[in-house]
Amino acid sequence: MEKQWYTISVYSENNVGLLNRISGIFLKRHINIESLNVSKSEIEHVSKFTIVIYSTEDWARKIVGQIEKQIEVIKAYYHTDEDTIYQESALFKIASDLLFDERQIQNIIKESNSQIVTVARDFFVLAKTGRRHEIDEMHDALEPYGIMQFVRSGRIAVTKATMPITSILEEFQNQ
Amino acid sequence: MNTETLKKEENKTAKTIRVSGAEAIIHCLLAEGVDLIYGYPGGAIMPVYDELYKFQDKLTHILTRHEQGATHAAQGYARVSGKVGVAMATSGPGATNLVTGLADAQIDSTPMVCITGQVPRHLLGSDAFQETDIVGISTPVTKWNYQITKASEIPEIMAKAFYIAKSGRPGPVLVDITKNAQFDELDFTYEKCTGVRSYKPVPKPDIKAIEAAADMINAAKKPYIVFGQGVILGEAETELKAFVEKSGIPAAWTILGLSAMDTDHPLNVGMVGMHGNYGPNVLTNECDVLIAIGMRFDDRVTGNLDTYAKQAKVIHFEIDPAEINKNVKADIAVLGNAKETLDLLLPLVNKNEHKAWRAEFDKKYQIEYDTVIKKDIQPTKEGLTMGEVIEQINIASGHKAVVVTDVGQHQMIACRYAKFKQSKSNITSGGLGTMGFALPAAIGAKMGAMEREVVAIIGDGGYQMTIQELGVIFQHNVPVKIVVLNNDHLGMVRQWQELFFESRYASTVMTNPDFVKIAEGYHIKSRRVTERSDLKDAVEEMIASKDPYFLEVRVEKEDNVFPMIPSGASVSDIRLK
Repeated sequence: MEKQWYTISVYSENNVGLLNRISGIFLKRHINIESLNVSKSEIEHVSKFTIVIYSTEDWARKIVGQIEKQIEVIKAYYHTDEDTIYQESALFKIASDLLFDERQIQNIIKESNSQIVTVARDFFVLAKTGRRHEIDEMHDALEPYGIMQFVRSGRIAVTKATMPITSILEEFQNQ
Repeated sequence: MNTETLKKEENKTAKTIRVSGAEAIIHCLLAEGVDLIYGYPGGAIMPVYDELYKFQDKLTHILTRHEQGATHAAQGYARVSGKVGVAMATSGPGATNLVTGLADAQIDSTPMVCITGQVPRHLLGSDAFQETDIVGISTPVTKWNYQITKASEIPEIMAKAFYIAKSGRPGPVLVDITKNAQFDELDFTYEKCTGVRSYKPVPKPDIKAIEAAADMINAAKKPYIVFGQGVILGEAETELKAFVEKSGIPAAWTILGLSAMDTDHPLNVGMVGMHGNYGPNVLTNECDVLIAIGMRFDDRVTGNLDTYAKQAKVIHFEIDPAEINKNVKADIAVLGNAKETLDLLLPLVNKNEHKAWRAEFDKKYQIEYDTVIKKDIQPTKEGLTMGEVIEQINIASGHKAVVVTDVGQHQMIACRYAKFKQSKSNITSGGLGTMGFALPAAIGAKMGAMEREVVAIIGDGGYQMTIQELGVIFQHNVPVKIVVLNNDHLGMVRQWQELFFESRYASTVMTNPDFVKIAEGYHIKSRRVTERSDLKDAVEEMIASKDPYFLEVRVEKEDNVFPMIPSGASVSDIRLK
């Protein structure tokens, strides 16, 4: 079976040990977590893990089954890139003098649609939100001038289709 | 008050009491109906042991000689009784010694709650004396685990632990309790857990899937049932029997499904898997509809998946959605508790006899009988065989004993030849293959079913892994019958070495101690059999004994277990010799 990118979304109770349990499921199968993000979700007191893996659909499905089995997991899904709207964020820390000495830097900022977050005497920080390749392109453009620090976040994603989490939780309340 | 709050109030114990965390743990256990636990004390769990001392008239604690023994005893108790087994240990090495039992219970879906002491909260993460991250360590081998650091958490977490261990597909739960939480006081009330919102233990049966399954079964020419432990865990033995008898479909079992159906039932065709019966394996690749009930298509059952039942449509009755399409693709998946789903299926299936198809199994059985079984259970050669010992136990116990086995050749032989009339009678380490399981598990099994005969059948290798539990048998006069089938080898590994490693017996030959003298050291009645002429009498004496009894049988040193599906081969390529 063909491998591709899958975004796994896990809705769960907020529990300290759960990340360990979930990461163990990937570890056991030697599947690398390409990116991981944990945040609150649209439902109060429910956390959302967004995990990106490169695998076959068969593996993605089995992994989601194993994740869903965990007691604190309410529901897990896997989606292809086509099924989701997704973004990553990156921060670039650049030496301040470049902003004035290198005209091209200003063009890069404009063309990349990035934002200047802060400007200090010695450095300024650019923030860029977008697809992975857009961030990579901006990185490549800035690299010749020198990047003092670079960091990129995990993917965050929402699905095009509805996720019936609320109804699952309501069903429990009504039992 | 609304009805929900009222219901909650009713579930609560009569009144709130002010107690220490340690005492609260005892009250939780009592509220869950626990009257027997296995364990080993130590520094970080001492407050709980102090309460156990005070409550000893209500709650019996059995001191095993190693924490691993406590877990296996709790497993044996759980498997035979259907109740949750409980094991307790201290922090650090006490806790890590539970890991094998947890892993065994996890893979064999055994309900067990393990309670471990932990260093006080303020010392967590400081590498304190006997501190170990048992929650981290046990995560992959538990259904759920939790570290309690505040006394007030105890009632809710303990209730959740028992609920999770027992509900749905059962499994082990570990609760780690810091010492400060044992000393501190709380206002104790107990409310049994009836649900966890993120956890659906039993999927609701889908009538459409059951109807589709019935249609497929009714249209089948060569349908074939393989059932597993799901039948026993779901207490669906009656429903299985009714379904099998009405549909006339031959039924085989996995090692953990053994005893769910009378072994002498005419439609019970035997065991599948690596050392299973010839017909049940070969005919897996000739059936047209394979009906899997409460089993998980383990690799020891399927052999090579690429050549497993490819010609058949597969119907999978299963409680755990993650098992569907995990190893074998199901054409129809019927989720739910087997008791419920089989009950719904029964009225929809047609009465049938499948005479010609069943005759295929009889033919294959005859081949296996002539080439393997006869030599195993009625040998004519000089050396004693494991099979004839099992056969003698069958005769002497009238197919009524609980048989507890360890891991290896004796286990395969016992599962092949032991006869059962009653469910929950075959206690063995199936998924994990834990040597050392049988002796402590037999103690637990006996204590979980005092009215029943319990016979532990163990190899000379596995016996020595937990032999110290003879101390428990002696101290509490637990009347288990212990049979060691001694071939002075780690027999199964030796068999593989003979067949696949050109007889290079690397570390499988053992110089054994005098097992009879060891048993005598524990004041356990014992006997050694070296001659066939002595076997019947010795087995009868053992079964008749009211006290614990140890029997060593010196069997042929280099016998092999057949049939055998070599690792990675197809079920069709099962070898008879």
